Amino acid sequence: MALPPARVSMPAEARQGEILEIKALIRHPMETGYRVDSRGQPIPRHIVRRFSVAYDGEEVFRMDLTQGVAANPFIAFSTVATRTGELVFTWEDDRGEVVTVRKSLTVTG
Amino acid sequence: MLTRRHFLAGAAGLSAAAGGLPMPAIGQARPKVVIVGGGAGGASVLRRLVERGNDALDIILVEPQATYTSCFYSNLFLGGFQPLDVLRHDYGAIAKLPGVTLARDAARAVDLAQRRVTLAGGSVLSYDRLVLSPGIDLDYGSVPGWSREAEERMPHAWKAGRQTEILKRQLDAVPDGGLILVIAPPDPYRCPPGPYERVSMMAHALTATGRSRARIVILDPKDRFSKQPLFQQGWEKHYPGMIEWMPPAIHAGIQTVDPSSMTVETGFETYRNADLVNVIPRQTAGRIAIEAGLAGDHLYCPIDPLTMQSRADPAVFVLGDAAIAGDMPKSAFAANSQAQRVAAIIGHELLGGTDGEAAYLNRCWSLIAANDSVFVGGAYRPGPDKIEQVASDISTLEDSAATRRANYEDSAGWYAGLTLDMFG
Repeated sequence: MALPPARVSMPAEARQGEILEIKALIRHPMETGYRVDSRGQPIPRHIVRRFSVAYDGEEVFRMDLTQGVAANPFIAFSTVATRTGELVFTWEDDRGEVVTVRKSLTVTG
Repeated sequence: MLTRRHFLAGAAGLSAAAGGLPMPAIGQARPKVVIVGGGAGGASVLRRLVERGNDALDIILVEPQATYTSCFYSNLFLGGFQPLDVLRHDYGAIAKLPGVTLARDAARAVDLAQRRVTLAGGSVLSYDRLVLSPGIDLDYGSVPGWSREAEERMPHAWKAGRQTEILKRQLDAVPDGGLILVIAPPDPYRCPPGPYERVSMMAHALTATGRSRARIVILDPKDRFSKQPLFQQGWEKHYPGMIEWMPPAIHAGIQTVDPSSMTVETGFETYRNADLVNVIPRQTAGRIAIEAGLAGDHLYCPIDPLTMQSRADPAVFVLGDAAIAGDMPKSAFAANSQAQRVAAIIGHELLGGTDGEAAYLNRCWSLIAANDSVFVGGAYRPGPDKIEQVASDISTLEDSAATRRANYEDSAGWYAGLTLDMFG
């Protein structure tokens, strides 16, 4: 089994109005830019800058990350189930790399 | 100062009828010491006692295995730094020592009142002093879905031998891009930095053989672990992006493991078709010590920090991984250090002479990559309730490469010295 860099844990189904607990994890070094290597050269900053979540096209969560966040950032938040749709999780780092995870949610009642 | 031990030793000649701790009368057969377990605790006690008394004691070592495979240093076999042979030692030299008899059998029961040990083969050994150094037993029920039957597919390799070879074989078969899961144990357990050194050695073996796209996930029931900053710095340096450590706040607990489909389900995510699952379960004192009643309500055996005598029976000494040694970790170094004390007390009680001072030491090295070894160490003294740490020393994040290389050479010297101390 290959392990993707970003993973999301959330229910696939919920009742309308239910509070969903969502957990998201990305494998990332979150290099602060303050360290030096064994030859004394500075190690360039390399961090995830922004994490955002769109639910059926509408942004429901956004977080700006800084060099103070540890490697492999783990983010847990909640949102309310309103309608059946797709949640799109996006991580953008300061090298312009973008990682996306998509999860479908079926809302009943 | 009148301690219980001094009182017992002084009163020993009078106390036989009162059920105390009699010293064998002069003219009687040699005092009998039975040692259960031929590892870093038991073998070290044995050799110290022979040095002290030559053949004045009748010493029986109860050990079912003909060949000892050391669990300590076995991660280096996994990493490809040592051949399996280096870990193997036989009891041939021990069996030839004066006054020593080797019982190639497992201890099945201890009768504290009658001072007898019954072996699996049925023979019964009486003793004046009993040394219990049985190591750990694994709690097979502590990881849902895992079992003794599953240990071939999902090895623990936390008792060295066949399991060590199975783990190595499985590691060799992990493909590039494959997934390894390591389920770490809850405290207290044998070798606190061991799981993390093991992960380092897996990463080294994978990287060295062109499999650096493989991933290792550690599912830990603990919020932190031994030498954590040193390991995490080393992992990012040598194996960037390869190792993910997940504390309970992230993985939210192991729900179940399924050895047939190599699936591990956590509260956060489910891993299917993993290429290797190393389950290091919860551990307890060796069953013989628990069944003898020496652990009380605990998983491990309470001891007198001054003497290593069992709190349940002063004729019994418990040392090594099976004992509650206060601030000391469960390590081969610690067991060997405690053994010096056990031998001094037994020698004092049965042969006379000084009992010395209680001073314990520990040092644990972990290899992160070739020539990059870190250590943690401590000095310990008996406190009123437990063995207490009085000094400590640990590698730093700023160590030079030369320091880390010197640590590795120290660890190799320690291994050679300890196994010589145990086996001759």
